[in-house]
Amino acid sequence: MSTAQRLEYSPLRIFLKTIAARAYPRVMAANRQKTWVFFDMAFPVVGALAMVLVYQGLHAPRQYLGFVIMGGAMLAFWQNVLWSMGAQFSWDRGNGTLELYVISPTTFEAVLLGMALGSMFTVTLRAGAILVLGSFLFGISYAAAGTLPAVGIFLITLAALYCLGMLLASLFLFYGREAWHLSNAMQEPVNFLSGLYFPVHALGAYVGGAASLVPMTLGLDAMRQLLLPGTPVFIPAGTETLLVAAQIPVFALLAGISLRYMESRARTDGKLVTRWE
Amino acid sequence: MAATHHPSSDTTRLAVETRRLTRVYKTRRDVTTALQDVDLKVGEGELFGVLGPNGAGKTTLIKILVTLLLPTSGQAFVDGIDVVKDYKRLRSRIAMVSGGEQAGYGILKVREQLWMFSQFYGMDSKSARSRIDELLERLGLADAANKQITGLSSGMRQKMNLVRGLMTDPRVLFLDEPTVALDVSAARDVRSEVRRWMNEDPTRTVILTTHYMQEADELCDRVAIVNRGRIVAEGAPRALKQSVDEDVIVDLQLDPGTPLLDRLRAIEGVGAASVREEDGVDRFSLLLADDGVLPRVMTTVEGAGRHVSGLVRRQPTLEDAFVKLVGRSMTEEEG
Repeated sequence: MSTAQRLEYSPLRIFLKTIAARAYPRVMAANRQKTWVFFDMAFPVVGALAMVLVYQGLHAPRQYLGFVIMGGAMLAFWQNVLWSMGAQFSWDRGNGTLELYVISPTTFEAVLLGMALGSMFTVTLRAGAILVLGSFLFGISYAAAGTLPAVGIFLITLAALYCLGMLLASLFLFYGREAWHLSNAMQEPVNFLSGLYFPVHALGAYVGGAASLVPMTLGLDAMRQLLLPGTPVFIPAGTETLLVAAQIPVFALLAGISLRYMESRARTDGKLVTRWE
Repeated sequence: MAATHHPSSDTTRLAVETRRLTRVYKTRRDVTTALQDVDLKVGEGELFGVLGPNGAGKTTLIKILVTLLLPTSGQAFVDGIDVVKDYKRLRSRIAMVSGGEQAGYGILKVREQLWMFSQFYGMDSKSARSRIDELLERLGLADAANKQITGLSSGMRQKMNLVRGLMTDPRVLFLDEPTVALDVSAARDVRSEVRRWMNEDPTRTVILTTHYMQEADELCDRVAIVNRGRIVAEGAPRALKQSVDEDVIVDLQLDPGTPLLDRLRAIEGVGAASVREEDGVDRFSLLLADDGVLPRVMTTVEGAGRHVSGLVRRQPTLEDAFVKLVGRSMTEEEG
């Protein structure tokens, strides 16, 4: 290809191609490194089921077993957002890949979407395994009528969650290891506040309201209301769904602004590069 | 979209131009000026070398030109595009390959990794694969195309990195120490491919930083010598070597002993001196004003109780010009 014939590609084309290309290593990793079946699927399934056994041992109401199973399934997506999306930029900076993303004509959003899409298969499998195995082993039944709306809410929650992931990833552009500690610090409190293993209603209005900033909190609560009748209502499922849906453009916009701002700050402070002698 | 800036009034179009480019790093403890008032003009089609000891500012210069860093002040243009104001438009026209680069994902095979990076530039998959295969073949890496990256030697890996840099057909290619830690054969392959790539299209430009003087001498049309953030000399390697033409260049081999470098530098008529330890002996290179200085050098050596195991007078090299300009060799730490 000579310089005279040089092609300039459209931003949309680069965006779409980047998503597919960045998803590719994750798909290949799932195919070539089978250990994920143990570490990313079997062990988390055992962990979630152990929590169900605790509730069973305490003679908790039956739907609490369902709370745990649904919470365990959603946890897979939250951990994916925290570690495979947000924190990935920290790894990428360490080995110089981040530099190559930056100097290419692609965007961070496309790279992050590719990461998310690439790991969707393994994460969905993990969540599905927890849901199916847990429900089967402990005889949990769900309200059939709520299934379709719950799937819709799940997809909306996922979209909001991944937009939040992009926002978190922007922190890694600038803060690196400090952001790593932040992710670590966020994991357990968010797990708790999102009501992964109990109804959000139990947290009260103020704490539950603050926890609602994480889309998983309201999304999970809405899905539980639809699938596990008798769930204590924090906010009606319809309102929760609207609030989560509203978080999508908000987080997407904030992520876009934050990614640009953090890139600019990182270029100013020299934090995109691994060496600057 | 901003208009393309043509920074020069010369007939030759400039691939790179910097104007009083300055970069200061500030931390809580100190302030480091990595680049100061750097003015540079590199013509389209040139292979331009940036030479300097560790910490001279070479990598900072490259990182600014490839849009990874913002300058503290001054301006920089690559392919006529402002690296600060119009960096998004510039990014499809440049590529960078660094020595010892570990970028990418070890789980992928060579061809897959290269394809992945090609997609970040929007390349058509079929054309990208064909271009990748062609370049892998040229660099003798065709047999490794389906090899997982974790299984590559450092030489193979660096060749793969070079393919990544070349496959998108950048207008300006930045090579930051591309042959560092490579064996002689792999380094030669990298150098010859860079030259071949440039010869294919006279408008392609390469900016190369290197520690290896011989590499710069062999490859570069022109070089700039950077020291403490400033350009101290600029020109064709031959012209720089001429700056030491009138000096007497002597290589002195001494068995190990008491430190001598500062004492040799203090002798009147010694223009510059450098030393490197190799195979258990100290190899000094001295630039003397004339033959009359040599007896004084020998007296100093003997006075220090050092034994001379070899003495050669030779033609000047780029390394000698560098030592004369900078005051120390490329590998020597600043005192």
